Amino acid sequence: MLELTDVHTYYGNIHALKGISLKVDDGEIVTLIGSNGAGKTTTLRTIQGLLRPRSGSIKLDDLELHKLPSHQVAAKGIAQSPEGRMIFPRMSVLENLEMGAYARTDKDGIQQDLERVFGLFPRLKERIKQKGGTLSGGEQQMLAMGRALMARPRILLLDEPSMGLSPILVDLIFDTIVAINKEGTTILLVEQNALMALSIAHRGYVIQTGEIILTDNAAKLQENEMVQKSYLGVE
Amino acid sequence: MGKASKLNIRRIVIAALVLYIVLLLGPIAGFDIPNIAAAIQANPLQLVQFLIIGLANGAIIAIIGLGYTMVYGIIELVNFAHGDVYMIGVFTSLTVLSLTGTLDTDSPGKIILGLILALVIAIAVGAGLNATVERVAYRRLRNSSRLAALISAIGVSFILENTGLIWAAQSWLVPSFGTTGGASQKVFPDLLGKIMAAYGLDVNLLANTGIALRFTIKDLMVMVLAGAMMLALRLFVQNTKMGKAMRATAQNRDAAKMLGIDIDWVISTTFLIGGGLAGAAGLMAGLYNNTAWWFMGFRAGLQSFTAAVLGGIGNITGAMLGGILIGLLASFSDGYLNARWTNAWVFATLVLILLFRPSGLLGEQVGEKA
Ligand SMILES: Nc1ncnc2c1ncn2[C@@H]1O[C@H](COP(=O)(O)OP(=O)(O)O)[C@@H](O)[C@H]1O
Ligand SMILES: [Mg+2]
Repeated sequence: MLELTDVHTYYGNIHALKGISLKVDDGEIVTLIGSNGAGKTTTLRTIQGLLRPRSGSIKLDDLELHKLPSHQVAAKGIAQSPEGRMIFPRMSVLENLEMGAYARTDKDGIQQDLERVFGLFPRLKERIKQKGGTLSGGEQQMLAMGRALMARPRILLLDEPSMGLSPILVDLIFDTIVAINKEGTTILLVEQNALMALSIAHRGYVIQTGEIILTDNAAKLQENEMVQKSYLGVE
Repeated sequence: MGKASKLNIRRIVIAALVLYIVLLLGPIAGFDIPNIAAAIQANPLQLVQFLIIGLANGAIIAIIGLGYTMVYGIIELVNFAHGDVYMIGVFTSLTVLSLTGTLDTDSPGKIILGLILALVIAIAVGAGLNATVERVAYRRLRNSSRLAALISAIGVSFILENTGLIWAAQSWLVPSFGTTGGASQKVFPDLLGKIMAAYGLDVNLLANTGIALRFTIKDLMVMVLAGAMMLALRLFVQNTKMGKAMRATAQNRDAAKMLGIDIDWVISTTFLIGGGLAGAAGLMAGLYNNTAWWFMGFRAGLQSFTAAVLGGIGNITGAMLGGILIGLLASFSDGYLNARWTNAWVFATLVLILLFRPSGLLGEQVGEKA
């Protein structure tokens, strides 16, 4: 469904992605793991159209995403819960969620999805009128995911949803990711927490300094010696 | 010693300096408390009079201030050319009124029609000009240092001021510009007074009430129009899809892009609205103060920018509040102190707010950027 082929992205002269190729099929959870600074966030921002690759292609089915301006990428079914959450601090929880559906016009569908998000994250419903900036870190993460779901995306990009959360909240977030996927949303999950990510993903890619160095199904990656050493903390 | 306490000491020293200068120069500037107290005692009603003048001027300042605050809120640029867009609004209105014969007619119906047309065209020209300035002078610099955009804005300001200077010399457009060249102040005819006179009424709505105050049709016009525009803007920003997109873009531009918001279009719209408001303020101020001058955008810009900062830059309600407060400050300074020093007081206010409460009266203290 989503396919990156030999994508190169630069920040000025810094060559951040050095030919990334990966694909995500319909219905999958695919994880992209790698240490800090490897290029995970850059990959997601490039898919989203916030960064333009210098070469390579990004395709959603037959559509060439990398040729679209960023605001059109969302309308094609790509939504993201970004690194740092990026919620709107002076908008209410409800307004934040409504902004998630910005590119949509089907009022009934939007209302349904709002109920669905409140079903997944009852906490958000309790805080519906509260300003986004006053939420706790965990609540902000829920809001960022909820906002992305409000786009009813074909593929949901998640950038380190576990970052900075307590173990209980991490479990909750990962359970929710599985639930969202079971309801039919395809997921590309970026994580430093490789253990958790591989435990719920179907397949995985390992990224290191801008290059994919390994790919396999999740179970095999968990057993891979290099992965165990570098990312799972197994000696 | 912590960074914060060092900063505080510096602030206190600068504030003490400002205070010292104010006390030193105060008497020259007319800051003489017994004298002022005596003046108020002698004529307490005058206080109310200055209040009315301050509110009306404040309303105009607030409308111009909205343009500063909206633009700053969304791209963190102090649009130095904004006051000059307002000045162009004054000249546009005057020119439309002249070309349509509105300045020469005595028929109140024709004058009202001419004014409506002038309002529409001043709004359109202000909006178009401001959005063009953004497109030409700011957009390419959006990812450069803030200083670059600021310098570009000052350049645009010079261009517009010189345009005003040339415009004010074109007496074939507006005969009353005369032959004295563009540099002198021009008259903006008192059309509202003319309308009232045509109906045998006084400009002063309190003329035959026995109250020794002036509350003119002009005061009323400015307050009503300003109030209506602010209300409309608030509703727009709170409730419409574009208004929400503007707030989202202001709060987190990348997140806005991710959600499918075309931020170029949102920023253009912000400049369109701010410019349209400045254009409208141009006509209102022309009718209110009855002058047109190529350099009038400077004082208006200083006061409006200060109003926006005082209220909390980026905050629409704040710009309204700040506008009214600065209007009152200017009016009381003009009335009780010394009009020549009014700009200095406004500037001192700006410096003090920037030092002690840069977020302004209604600005967010925390959670500005999540
Ligand atoms: N805005 C930026 N400007 C310059 N270099 C950047 C920027 N953002 C990231 N980088 C660099 O790009 C590389 C990849 O970063 P990133 O994608 O954020 O990694 P990850 O998300 O895997 O931690 C890093 O070397 C980082 O220093
Ligand atoms: Mg990252």
